[in-house]
Amino acid sequence: MSARKTDDTSGAQRPNQRPELAALDDETIAGALTRMHLIRKFEEAAEASYMRGLIHGTMHLSIGQEASAVGATLPLEAHDYILSTHRGHGHCIARGAEPKLMFAEFFGKETGYCKGRGGSMHIADVEGGNLGANGIVGGGLPIAVGVGMSIKAQKNGRVCMVFFGDGASNEGAFHEALNMASIWKLPVVFVCENNKYGMSMDISRAMAVANVADRAAAYAMPGHSVDGNDLAGVAAVAREAVARARSGEGPSLIECKTYRWRGHSKSDRNLYRSKEEIEEWRLQDPIRRLEDELKAHDRFDAPSLMKLEEDAQREIDTAVEFARTCPDPDPKDLTRDVYAI
Amino acid sequence: MPSETLEATGDVRELSYAEAVREALGQAMEADERVFLFGEDVGVYGGAFGVSGDLVHRFGKERVIDTPISELGIAGAAVGAAITGMRPVLEIQFSDFVTLAMEQLVNQAAKIRFMFGGKASVPMVVRLPGGSGTGAAAQHSQSLEAWFAHVPGLKVLQPSTPHDAKGMLLAAIDDPNPVLIFEHKLLYKTKGHVPAEAYRVPIGQAAIRREGRDITIVGSSIMARKAEAAAERLAGDGISAEVIDLRSIRPIDFTTIAESVRKTHRLLVVYEGVKTMGIGAEISAMIAESEVFDFLDAPIIRLGGADSPIPYNPVLEKAAVPQEDDIVTAAANLVRRGEA
Ligand SMILES: Cc1ncc(C[n+]2csc(CCOP(=O)(O)OP(=O)(O)O)c2C)c(N)n1
Ligand SMILES: [Mg+2]
Repeated sequence: MSARKTDDTSGAQRPNQRPELAALDDETIAGALTRMHLIRKFEEAAEASYMRGLIHGTMHLSIGQEASAVGATLPLEAHDYILSTHRGHGHCIARGAEPKLMFAEFFGKETGYCKGRGGSMHIADVEGGNLGANGIVGGGLPIAVGVGMSIKAQKNGRVCMVFFGDGASNEGAFHEALNMASIWKLPVVFVCENNKYGMSMDISRAMAVANVADRAAAYAMPGHSVDGNDLAGVAAVAREAVARARSGEGPSLIECKTYRWRGHSKSDRNLYRSKEEIEEWRLQDPIRRLEDELKAHDRFDAPSLMKLEEDAQREIDTAVEFARTCPDPDPKDLTRDVYAI
Repeated sequence: MPSETLEATGDVRELSYAEAVREALGQAMEADERVFLFGEDVGVYGGAFGVSGDLVHRFGKERVIDTPISELGIAGAAVGAAITGMRPVLEIQFSDFVTLAMEQLVNQAAKIRFMFGGKASVPMVVRLPGGSGTGAAAQHSQSLEAWFAHVPGLKVLQPSTPHDAKGMLLAAIDDPNPVLIFEHKLLYKTKGHVPAEAYRVPIGQAAIRREGRDITIVGSSIMARKAEAAAERLAGDGISAEVIDLRSIRPIDFTTIAESVRKTHRLLVVYEGVKTMGIGAEISAMIAESEVFDFLDAPIIRLGGADSPIPYNPVLEKAAVPQEDDIVTAAANLVRRGEA
């Protein structure tokens, strides 16, 4: 999947469509849909593996949030960076990581992205520009500032996109990072995936402002609040923020309003939210919404959409099979990567 | 002897460690209006490890307070509340996140009384679930207790049984100083006898879990439990091990350790935190500096965590911290070595 074109001018050929959707050509759309399917299927397979006792530890699934991961990363170039979170499988796939190496990591195998040392919460694909998921809420935010400094010092024209949750925006690290990125006009795009909850704490109880994006004002940067389940809408805002960062104008804060369908982690009993609320959000399925819109505009027919989904499922099934048969690390290598030599 | 556990007289039931902690929290809040709980997801979620459970329903949202994800802020808020007449009990969701709260605990809570010439006190309790074994990897599995034992002004506890979890928490809430309680995550589901009444286990007293003649094994937190299991197996091999559960690492009960070593002439110290610069180094040095040194028939041996972050892979994860087999082997080798 190399289609990353977001050709603005071609939108003129699609006059009946809203500009956000019209701006994305068919190849880009197909690539984005494939990634969204891969994320959904990855998470489903991860969950099934957990149920079958194939992994230990916990995991944070991003089912329902696919459009924010894929839409935000759509305008990124191959050499740009991302920083991710504990709920990071989606960002990783959106950035183009290989599901089979992700599953190998998830199963703790020597062939995984982090040689089985990191697991679900620490998947990184450094060569692919993914500087890592993070077990610490807000942990990636100040790191993004340093990446921005590095890009500026090296004048390499790259951009750093850092993902974090609504809950993370209550950490001091968030405020320190936005301030520094702003005073130094760093090429950083802050992407908040506001899924309404920290772990169990509703944002309305955790912060006094209505939107995370409102906080941008305190750091004199643009703050965009978007429907996080609308792939085209997220991509449009991200395109603007990435362009601003790349041109040296400084950072932006994007807030994608979305929802996680599953519990926070495997130990969540959903005591803090209602079944009705979960159902309502399931109707806002970002994948189905995009598919319906594409069909309505006759851009893709049902069989071709079905094929994208089936191909993604096949790739995930193969990835799981690959990972299961990979070797475990050898305990004699326990301290191998503690220090660089 | 200080090693004796206070056995309460009334009703005694089997409770899990988590239930015992919850019972202590409930009893403390019933008895004292000043006590309140706060932390991330301690309310309706019931705590990440289910420790606070239904307490929010019993005591209300004013006393069981969900906080934003702001560890430095909540640690500082505990300090402020403590110096002005409250008795805050703070939960840091995983002990690893205490790294974000270091400033308030180390620079403020630990030093305020001293800096103010004794004119204020900081009666706060911080509960910290820690340790490896759950597959949570490098940022959710650490054993950082020794860091805090290095800070004068703090007290640091590691109860290993449901009985002590309850009794030491109640003693910590009574204490006029900041007390950190490290609770090993793998202990939460373990069961034991817990008296129903509100009793205290004094801070700073180790417990002799098993008497023995040939070797002293000092363990802290879950390693005390593993040392007990190891001692049982060693007995089958004709080795009589005395097991001391440290329970409190600051203050540390050196008297109990010294008396045991005077009797057994051999010492093995077991702890999950990184071995290098850890609890075992302190205990070994205390013995080396004391007249008990002359009673040793063999070098002191430490078993501790590897010089590595905790890995995700379960095989590596086990290899990174001492296991029961390691204790059996080390103790047996030590006894043989002492005899040679
Ligand atoms: C510093 C820190 N505090 C607490 C946690 C435990 N924790 C992990 S995820 C999470 C909720 C994070 O909420 P948010 O940032 O909104 O991300 P979401 O889980 O909703 O994707 C919490 C409290 C942590 N990992 N790190
Ligand atoms: Mg959230």
